[in-house]
Amino acid sequence: MRNGKYSPVLTVKEIWKLLEEIPDPEIPVLSILDLGIVREVKLINSVPEISITPTYSGCPAMDMIERQIRDALLDEGFEEVHIRSQLSPAWTTDWISEEAKAKLAAYGIAPPEHSTKDKRVLMGLEERVVRCPHCRSIDTEMKSQFGSTACKALYVCNSCKEPFDYFKCI
Amino acid sequence: MEIQQAKFEYARRMGDNGLILGHRLSEICGHGPAIETDIAVTNIALDLIGQARNWFTLAARLEGLGKTEDDYAYKRDVYQFGNAILCEQPNGHFGETIARQFYFDAFHFHLLAELCHSADPDFAAIAEKSLKEVTYHLRFSSEWVIRLGDGTEESHTKMNEALKDIWFHTGDLFVRDEVEEVLTNAGVVPDLRKIYTKYMDTVKTTISEANCDMPEGTYFNTGGKKGVHTEYLGFMLAELQFLPRAYPDAQW
Repeated sequence: MRNGKYSPVLTVKEIWKLLEEIPDPEIPVLSILDLGIVREVKLINSVPEISITPTYSGCPAMDMIERQIRDALLDEGFEEVHIRSQLSPAWTTDWISEEAKAKLAAYGIAPPEHSTKDKRVLMGLEERVVRCPHCRSIDTEMKSQFGSTACKALYVCNSCKEPFDYFKCI
Repeated sequence: MEIQQAKFEYARRMGDNGLILGHRLSEICGHGPAIETDIAVTNIALDLIGQARNWFTLAARLEGLGKTEDDYAYKRDVYQFGNAILCEQPNGHFGETIARQFYFDAFHFHLLAELCHSADPDFAAIAEKSLKEVTYHLRFSSEWVIRLGDGTEESHTKMNEALKDIWFHTGDLFVRDEVEEVLTNAGVVPDLRKIYTKYMDTVKTTISEANCDMPEGTYFNTGGKKGVHTEYLGFMLAELQFLPRAYPDAQW
């Protein structure tokens, strides 16, 4: 309790800074800000109101993320926290920053390769090259549209023979 | 019928479709023919149940009786469910699971694409979110229809039979009633006849690519929207609802 129980004064900017420290439960190298899950931070009569959006409708990490945000803010001395789930605009991999994509690759997950505005790719009418995060080869093959979590597809690299996750574009 | 009432019924039916088909698919968890398909089918189940939760939450708000999404999932009996009877059909062999999924995905995909332009912002928001997921579902099921249909002699025979057998349950997806009419007139939901045309295009293209026969039956099993279901739904609910019925208000 940095500011003492009775003077919970974080500005909106400081709350954003605090949220930057909260890791995604499934991909701990990324923060919830890297992923673009937090859409809005407001202070209404000194009560923080945070809007978050799910990556997938059934994402089991959402409850956990909500709890982490709540705990972090209560720890700072806020006595009340409002968290709102917002569906529109729907979350898209386009919101993952370039820096976060580099972190994903370093962690062993191939980052999304194209913009979701490219409907032909999204419908599977055109394939994009997915680079192996281990050996950087582009000789890779999709094994399954669905991987270890809803947001990932399963690939295998034909050069180094390693399987890897690909963060698919939605 | 009041528009508010129609919106509530529609949102709850959408939730019922997602919950019932999602639960059916979840039965395959740990029993899939290969680990990749097992994981894929379970992921699709998760998406559908997540979407059902969104629709039920909206339904609860529209109904205004202070219910939660769990009330709709756990505290209703067979005749109160409004899902299409296609969704409750048993998994059968993998070709049958895929045939059921493919017909549903083709319908769901085109319906959601239109619902994104709904006059109701809550309907549009859930549709926009769901459509991204369902695009992948349709890709997955279409690819399997083609792989099995255009595969070995045995897989072709089984896929072709499955597409024909399950066809009987697909007409229920396109039944129009008062709820549909009130909402179509208000621009909240698209005209099902328009969806049907797009659905048939998708279905015909994929079935022909799979070298299978386009089913020709015109007599369909219907009744889901009115709560008239096949025998399978009761057995499914017995399992789905066991815990909250045996231990009311259990927390975990």
